[in-house]
This record gives sequence, structure tokens and C-alpha cells, in this order.
Amino acid sequence: MNPDFLPSARPISRLIEELNKLPGIGPKSAQRLAYHLLQTPPERTRDLAEAIIAIKQNLRLCSTCLNITDTDPCGICADGTRDTTRICVVEEPIDILPLERTKKFRGLYHVLHGVISPGDGIKPEDLHIRELLDRLNSNSIIEVILATNPNAEGEATSMYIQRLVSPLGIRVTRLARGLPFGGDLEYADDVTLSRAMEGRQEMS
Amino acid sequence: MAARVYRTTGIIIKRNKFGEADRLLTIFTADHGKLRAIAKGAMRPGSKLGGNVELLTHSQLMLARGRNLDIVTQAQALDIFLPMRDSLELMSCGFYLSELVDSFIEENVEDREMFELLLDTLRRLTETGDGERMVRFFELRLLGHLGYTPQLQKCANCDRNLQPETNYYNPAQGGVLCRECGYSDMSAGTISVNAQKVLRLWQRSDIATAGRVKLSTELAREIKGILRDNVRYLLEKQLKSIDWLDRLAGDSSLNGDKAVTQNSNGSQE
Ligand SMILES: [Zn+2]
Ligand SMILES: [Zn+2]
Repeated sequence: MNPDFLPSARPISRLIEELNKLPGIGPKSAQRLAYHLLQTPPERTRDLAEAIIAIKQNLRLCSTCLNITDTDPCGICADGTRDTTRICVVEEPIDILPLERTKKFRGLYHVLHGVISPGDGIKPEDLHIRELLDRLNSNSIIEVILATNPNAEGEATSMYIQRLVSPLGIRVTRLARGLPFGGDLEYADDVTLSRAMEGRQEMS
Repeated sequence: MAARVYRTTGIIIKRNKFGEADRLLTIFTADHGKLRAIAKGAMRPGSKLGGNVELLTHSQLMLARGRNLDIVTQAQALDIFLPMRDSLELMSCGFYLSELVDSFIEENVEDREMFELLLDTLRRLTETGDGERMVRFFELRLLGHLGYTPQLQKCANCDRNLQPETNYYNPAQGGVLCRECGYSDMSAGTISVNAQKVLRLWQRSDIATAGRVKLSTELAREIKGILRDNVRYLLEKQLKSIDWLDRLAGDSSLNGDKAVTQNSNGSQE
């Protein structure tokens, strides 16, 4: 059953086409979702549409930690109950979510927005490493936790940052290698991440 | 018709995201040369492929022929070169080697000799912790393998025997030039007696012997410059990872770009 052959009105086929572009949504799921939306009350579909538009209109980067946020500073940086002496460094904003779910870390974050990747020509200046160093210089930070992905580029990036941070007299740790080597933080499960956060170790 | 499923060993030299959790791998295989294949779900934790298809891992692979790209159905790491991964310098040599191989080696052409050389180089680099010399040896052998063995015994221009003295080197001419020929060749750089000796020795020695050659910092730098120029001449471009290697080596001669490091040290006061 090829969805291309199903007779659909143009607005529906357009919606199916757009949904189909989303990650994890094949043609059949796209079709199912589209017909589901068709039967949903108009106010509910409007809420969904508005939510989608809002993420592009109101979101920006937190000027402190570079997380994606609708307020500046972001909710985490603005939260007075958080431990401001520890910064956890991650590759992408999406990596913060699974770490927050573990509830093992109450410090702040810093998002690099990428990793050093020599073969792709991605250098330290292309990441937000300078901003991290500025934060370390102007605040009383006692620990930097490196939580880059446990693969070649992620580990190279961590080793590089460790070289810059250690001379400042700040403790540098990185997530324990309980995480599957070659994997991606974004897809890690909560148990693995909890253990990794608990078992973080000094970098020598 | 070739079998639908085949087995080989290979070294992963590149991997890109492919869809949500898949990887598009570039693998230098022992039996089928360089090829590209999909590793499905490789980025999910718990994936049986995961670390077995990580960059610069030597793995036993099972592949299934696909319509466009082959699919990695099973992978088991044989060597992950762990000490290399714990050193920023060695890992960076690894990044460079993989880019070098990916740039020079053609797809789908069996190349056992280069495969073995890459494997040997990674093993040596991991065992000895000596990235620099291993990379230089690899570059020299790669040039030879591609049919560009640098001419080191006789002048590449006039064919006279070279005197044991500072001579000239020009990749475009194919190697060392005698003083007379080199002097008037504006695109030739000088090459010291010792650099000529080392390159000659490396051309006929195995990797173990090559690793025992002692190089002063100055000589290592000279040889690095010569081989790099040669690589760049053949590729007609600079490899991307070179910038990074230079920065790590604290060698700012290329672009003077050590800003991040300097700033962090300078702002300690
Ligand atoms: Zn923030
Ligand atoms: Zn000559």
C-alpha cells in the first residue's frame, strides 16, 4: 500500500509530506498522524501549530550557558537553588535534557554547540570554548564536568578543554565511561546516565 | 554474481550521521579496499554496532550488499587502539591518517598493502606513543604506493648522483634536486643532508626500523615540512586536520592561530 497512490486532498498531502520529513516518521505514520489531526478539534490543532511557530520566534541562546531558551538567562542559570560552583560541559542543548532527568546534577551547564573535528575542519574557535573560559575566570567555579559524547571527537574535545582548564586550578572531571563507546549522549538511557554522573573521575 | 553477504576486516576511517541513529561509514577493508556502508542504529546506546564501528577501530565485519550502499550487519572490534584514544596528540595523528587515507585511496579497489600499512601504523603509534615519526613514515610510503616515490639518490632533474650536501627538494620535479638544478628552481626548498639520509633509510626499511631513527626537533620539523608539501602538491589542497596538528604542536607558523590557548593562560592573573 503506497501512500502516494492514496487519493488525498492537496492540504492533506502537503501535511503528510511535511510530517514525513520529521525524524522517525515514515510515510505510513505521517499519513496516520495527518488523518488523526484532521479529526482533532480546530482549537487543538491551532495550539499545536502555534507551539511549532513559537519555537522559531521566541527561542534564542542563553547568554551565560548557551542553552536554547525563551528567557535570558535561561531557567537553569536563573534558578537560585542551583550549585553555581560546578559547570557541566555538553556538546548540544539536547544533551542537557537527559542529564536533568537523572536529577543527579544541580550545577550549571555550558553548551559547546559542537565538537572539535579536525577532519571536518571544525576548530575550537567554532565552538563556545572562549565563553566557557570567560565564565571560569569571572566566577568561583570549583569543578568542570566534561560530558561530551564518548566517541573520538567528543573525547578529543574533552582532552583539549581539560588542558585549558586544569592550569586555572579548577578540578576537571569527566563522565565515567559507563556510556557505550562510540555512542551518542542524546540516546543514552537514564540508568546509564545516572551511573555515569555518579562515577565521574578526575582527569590526569 | 557476488555473494549477498560477505565478511572482511576493516578500519573505520570516517563516519557521518545518517538519518536519526544510523551511521554512514567509510571503511578501509582488507579485502575490498575503501568502501562506504550503513551501520543501522549505530548511535543508539546498547547498539551491537556502536563502539565496534567507531572511528579508527579495526573490526571484523559482516556486510550485506545493498542496492546503493552495503549494510553492516555485524561488527566486532579487533583492536580499538585504546592508548591512542587517551592521548590528544596520538588521536590527532589518527584523525590526520584517516583524512589522508580517505583523500588518497580510491573507493572499491582492493589495496591490501595500504590497508596493512595503516593497520601497522596505528598499532605502532599505539604501542610506542610515537605519533610523529609513524605519521611521517606513513606519508612517505603512501607517496611511494601512489607512484610518487620521491627521487632521493639522483637529481630528479639532471639525473646526476647527488652529493652528500644540502640539496633542494621540489615535489613537482619528483624529489631531490642537485645544487645546480635546485638553485635556479624557484619553487624548490632546501633539504639537509640528514633529512636526505632519513628519507632514504625510511624508503627501504620496515616500520619498526623506521621508528628507531632518532630525530632532533629541527630535523623532525624539516622532514614534516617536506612530506607535507609533497602531499599538498599531489592533493592540490591542504588537508583540514593539518591546522589542528600544528596548533597542538604549538606551531603557529601557519596561521598564528593559538588565540584560545594564549588567552586562557594570559587571563589567569
Ligand atoms: Zn543558561
Ligand atoms: Zn641536477
